[in-house]
Amino acid sequence: MFWHIEVKEKYGIFDAVGEGIKKDIFDLGINTVSKVNFIQAYSIEGDLGEAEIKRICEELLADKISQEYSINAQNADDPCLCMGTPTHNAFFIEVAYNPGVMDPVEDSVKKAISDLGISGVRTIHTAKKYIIRGKLTNLQIRTVCNKLLVNKVIQHAVTSAQEELGLRDIDYKFNLVSIDLLGASDKKLQKISRDGQLFLNVSEMRAIKKYFTRLKRNPTDVELETFAQTWSEHCVHKTFRGKIEYKGEIRNPKSEIRNKSRIKNPKPKIINNLLKSTIMKATKELNKPWCVSVFSDNAGVIKFDKDYDVCFKVETHNHPSALEPFGGANTGIGGVIRDPLGTGLGARPIFNTDIFCFGPPDYSAGRLPAGTLHPKRIAKGVVSGVRDYGNKMGIPTINGAVLFDEGYVGNPLVYCGTAGLIPKGKASKLVNSGDLIVLLGGRTGRDGVHGATFSSGELTHKSEEVSGSAVQIGNPITEKKLLDVLLKARDENLYNAITDCGAGGLSSAVGEMGRELGAVVYLDKVPLKYKGLRYDEIWISEAQERMVLAASGDNIDRLLNVFDSEDVEATVIGEFGQDKMLRLFYQDNLVGELEMDFLHDGVPLSEKKAVGLKRNLREPRIEEKKDYTPDLCRILSDYNVASKEWVIRQYDHEVQGASVLKPLVGVNNDGPSDASVVRPILSSKKGLIVSCGINPRYGEISAYWMAASVIDEALRQIVCVGGNLKQTAILDNFCWGNPDKPDRLGTLVEAAYACYDFAKYFAVPFISGKDSLYNEYNVKGKSIPIPGTLLISAISVMEDITKTISMDFKRAGNLIYIAGVTKDELGGSVYYKLHNQIGANVPQVDRKMAKTVMEKLSSATAKGLVRSAHDCSEGGLAVAISEMCFAGGLGAEVFLSEVPYKESQRVKESKSQSKKNKKIRDDVILFSESNTRFVVETEKKAQGAFEKAMKGIPIGLIGCVSEKKDFRVYGLDGKAIIKSDISKLKEAWQKPLRW
Amino acid sequence: MPSPKVLILRSAGTNCDKETKFAFEKALAEASLVHINEIVRGQERLDDYQILALPGGFSYGDDVGAGKILANELRFKLGDDLRKFIEAGKLIIGICNGFQILVKAGILPGKEDFPQEVSLIINDSGKFEDRWTYLRSTKHATHAIARVPRSTKCIWTKGLPEIIYLPVAHGEGKFVTKDKALLDKLRRNGQIVFQYCQKEGKLGGYPDNPNGSLDNIAGICDETGRIFGLMPHPERHIQGSQHPRWTRDGLKKEGDGLVIFRNGVNYAKRYL
Repeated sequence: MFWHIEVKEKYGIFDAVGEGIKKDIFDLGINTVSKVNFIQAYSIEGDLGEAEIKRICEELLADKISQEYSINAQNADDPCLCMGTPTHNAFFIEVAYNPGVMDPVEDSVKKAISDLGISGVRTIHTAKKYIIRGKLTNLQIRTVCNKLLVNKVIQHAVTSAQEELGLRDIDYKFNLVSIDLLGASDKKLQKISRDGQLFLNVSEMRAIKKYFTRLKRNPTDVELETFAQTWSEHCVHKTFRGKIEYKGEIRNPKSEIRNKSRIKNPKPKIINNLLKSTIMKATKELNKPWCVSVFSDNAGVIKFDKDYDVCFKVETHNHPSALEPFGGANTGIGGVIRDPLGTGLGARPIFNTDIFCFGPPDYSAGRLPAGTLHPKRIAKGVVSGVRDYGNKMGIPTINGAVLFDEGYVGNPLVYCGTAGLIPKGKASKLVNSGDLIVLLGGRTGRDGVHGATFSSGELTHKSEEVSGSAVQIGNPITEKKLLDVLLKARDENLYNAITDCGAGGLSSAVGEMGRELGAVVYLDKVPLKYKGLRYDEIWISEAQERMVLAASGDNIDRLLNVFDSEDVEATVIGEFGQDKMLRLFYQDNLVGELEMDFLHDGVPLSEKKAVGLKRNLREPRIEEKKDYTPDLCRILSDYNVASKEWVIRQYDHEVQGASVLKPLVGVNNDGPSDASVVRPILSSKKGLIVSCGINPRYGEISAYWMAASVIDEALRQIVCVGGNLKQTAILDNFCWGNPDKPDRLGTLVEAAYACYDFAKYFAVPFISGKDSLYNEYNVKGKSIPIPGTLLISAISVMEDITKTISMDFKRAGNLIYIAGVTKDELGGSVYYKLHNQIGANVPQVDRKMAKTVMEKLSSATAKGLVRSAHDCSEGGLAVAISEMCFAGGLGAEVFLSEVPYKESQRVKESKSQSKKNKKIRDDVILFSESNTRFVVETEKKAQGAFEKAMKGIPIGLIGCVSEKKDFRVYGLDGKAIIKSDISKLKEAWQKPLRW
Repeated sequence: MPSPKVLILRSAGTNCDKETKFAFEKALAEASLVHINEIVRGQERLDDYQILALPGGFSYGDDVGAGKILANELRFKLGDDLRKFIEAGKLIIGICNGFQILVKAGILPGKEDFPQEVSLIINDSGKFEDRWTYLRSTKHATHAIARVPRSTKCIWTKGLPEIIYLPVAHGEGKFVTKDKALLDKLRRNGQIVFQYCQKEGKLGGYPDNPNGSLDNIAGICDETGRIFGLMPHPERHIQGSQHPRWTRDGLKKEGDGLVIFRNGVNYAKRYL
């Protein structure tokens, strides 16, 4: 019997979900909706009588106080309510998950019904139903469905009962499939790769063919899939490890060197393994004694205190988030949380970070490329996805950034990071021969088949159809249970090694763990969500919330008991061997047999060409003004500068109780903190600071200086809150376009070299990183790359959290300093963006000065001389001081004539050519985004001590904090060029993203 | 005299257990994290403890409704144990998800056969929000709201300053009662313990009242004052460094929330 149950708010109870939808419909430009009601629907199938169903409704599904329910009995072939049927201007829309998509509520409801003592339930499906009232055309109602309520990748509007209840259990009869590779031509090889969504190129296919020619047999489908997973860009980072021939001048951006004739025709540079030549090289040369494990595990590990190490990893989940923002971001954060869990013998997650790049939220819907979701919908979905998973995991999300740029319209970026604490001595692992392979956590379904290979190709407008199965929804509670009990098992020393089941599923996890030993896996032992999976699907499924352990037979009973004690499924699915062979069985049939050595080392090194593009960039001519207040307001309202409070508040950033400096600070808890500080051991004063740097606009001028700038940015934020560089480590995340195209790869190479140069210079090692390439979007044959985007995340150990400072002005009468030199570096600035310009003078990092500025400021803060500090980044000095004012609820008077100023490198050169003197301009000082600059507030009585502490670096006493809630800036000629009440500035800053 | 024993109940989706343990330990109790399965399977006995704490989190993902599934589990699997615990005059505190559980299990506001009489439903804003709120202990009611009698009975909030500052972090915290009569009864009985207010104590709308709760109600107790539930997180304001503005106003020796835990522990020490 099928029972259809609907639960809704009682009359008189505010329907908050419905109201939210109404607002979203209004945002779509449809203003004729008078009311939206939300109804939660459940379809329960099983041997249940009406009395039992009634009890389920009363005791479980409907809240006694606020909700009411209705029950409908149905035969399977009765038609249900049809979508969009208008009755008295009311439209009913019911949205259900597609078959095969995990319904996270199903498990909990099943459990809860059995708690009631009711058995006989076979399946439960949930659906959301909306009643939309008002005058809408059919086209409008379809718009509401497609743009808001239904994502066809995972959901559908229910039109008939059968479809909704179309069960997933289909019997599967074993049938071994092998692929004819031996007789295949190159063309055929390519076709096999394409048809199988393997994303292997022809030289890789040839290598596989050669291998099987030696074995004198054809591969089975699962063997070929194993190669595709193991050799995917996502898993081996072929570009970074391969050979690159670079033509250009890496360290000097074109805008700077075009007058130097001697490097017109630079000799090509051969780079073998870009990763080892740059990022890892810096770490190796710095050789910090506090680095515990770098670039070898799922996350980088550094020392924390005498009892613990700390690990940190940042990942991306871009392609899935483009197609299904909620699910993509949801599983993105879920996946990166498993990285610390799978590092060493497992770390306890202590915070999350998230950084998003979206298209502009006001992007015209008509201009959207086919197959893309609107940026605002992506933004809302992604934020909800992270909120749902992060909050439910009980991990505070404490740091991040949100950027908007047209370059991300077809391909948004979603970076998620997690840090964790590992007890000393548990940061390494070793699989022993004979150890059992234990699969933990969620069950395996068809979800995420081909996720790893999917992310290694470009998106097309057909991606949502072809790769829909690569998109999933997470179930955070399954992962939370896993986390809790796993740490128990770790502390009892019940296993020898662990890794997460991420991209590539079991194939990657077991393949990686068994690399040195070999492994045997019995695929039919893997617990499934539903019947009907083929053996190859089981092997490569990317079903979420799974981990793989290696445990000795002696511990296995205890281990399984521990997991059972908290209802976490754990299953022995095979064992690690000693002959370095990977063998896969399904129901006693050998379905795959590969040599681990070839699987891991057989991938042909890629050879790619890279070219440094010569860009003809110019500085724009912009009229000078007498009043820059309107420009300042417009910059504060730029989506990239504006307050992200809407996002931050939806994340629980205080769970675990470790919060010391929150992402929102100041007199009204709404100012933009530079970095966050936590004390993960509540009884200790030792803390961790986390920050990030990202600015793709600089990359439009020079990828090299973009990378240098974002490293500088992440580090100066550490310094702003009271930290120092001594025990600071950084992570790189490159999101780039197709590296097979030389111009894209050229900028990647330049950015990587800047990473080496500046990690070395600042003496901050990289400890982990990840790249996501092929971020391009194919429309009508034209491939559009995202702006090459480098995210630098920084983590720093702080000895004493009571030395933390925040960026809000503290007291009227205090002095305002700027530390560091301002140059005419408006290239890529928000100010130029106001004028639709990009410019040429991109901010550089001064290698003679930058590190000293940071070190001196750190020591001044440690001495207690600094009341607040804030870095100058997007929007420059004017934005930095505005933010300090309205965060502190105080005004300021500032004199530009006191700002230390120097002409930029490029201006000097052009001046020597033209011999013309260039005037220093107010707008340059106000809005230049020169690196390594800090606005610092000190008390008058600390003036002498502060100036002494900063001796040797350029600082300027530029003004003071005032009681009047008024921000006033005097230009170089002494006249006021900015005059504004701080509440006006604050409103300009808060309004744009107050969704 | 031995320290009172606190059982901090865990289940799938419990989050704030460790910091709640820290808070009770700061208040000099002996606190243990116990999974509900351990009690159901007889490995742990509720009887051995003087205080039961239901911490925050998303038990069973808040599927169906926040706290609902764990509330049912308590009713159907631990009903007798709980009844005995309550009848013995022992203490219960439910924070955030724990409050939702107590309410949905009918333990708060509390009646003989545990009917559900109040609820905590989706915030008016429609979304999860993490923000700090001022809370007024209703015993300090000024003349403006004199119709709300003083709640002097809640043993957990004795000696608190007039207004305290704690964060909320929830999506379903809007307090509603089944009818007006019940609300009046809660007032009369002094069962309304905390109301969301402005900095100076006046009742305000959003965001001072972060979820749209009826009468700004943030926490209630049962008729004995021993069972207490609240949406805000006292365990997140135990140390001075947790205050959102300590970098402005200075580092206080301890946070506003600690007194609540200390009250519970001291009561247990004296009477249980």
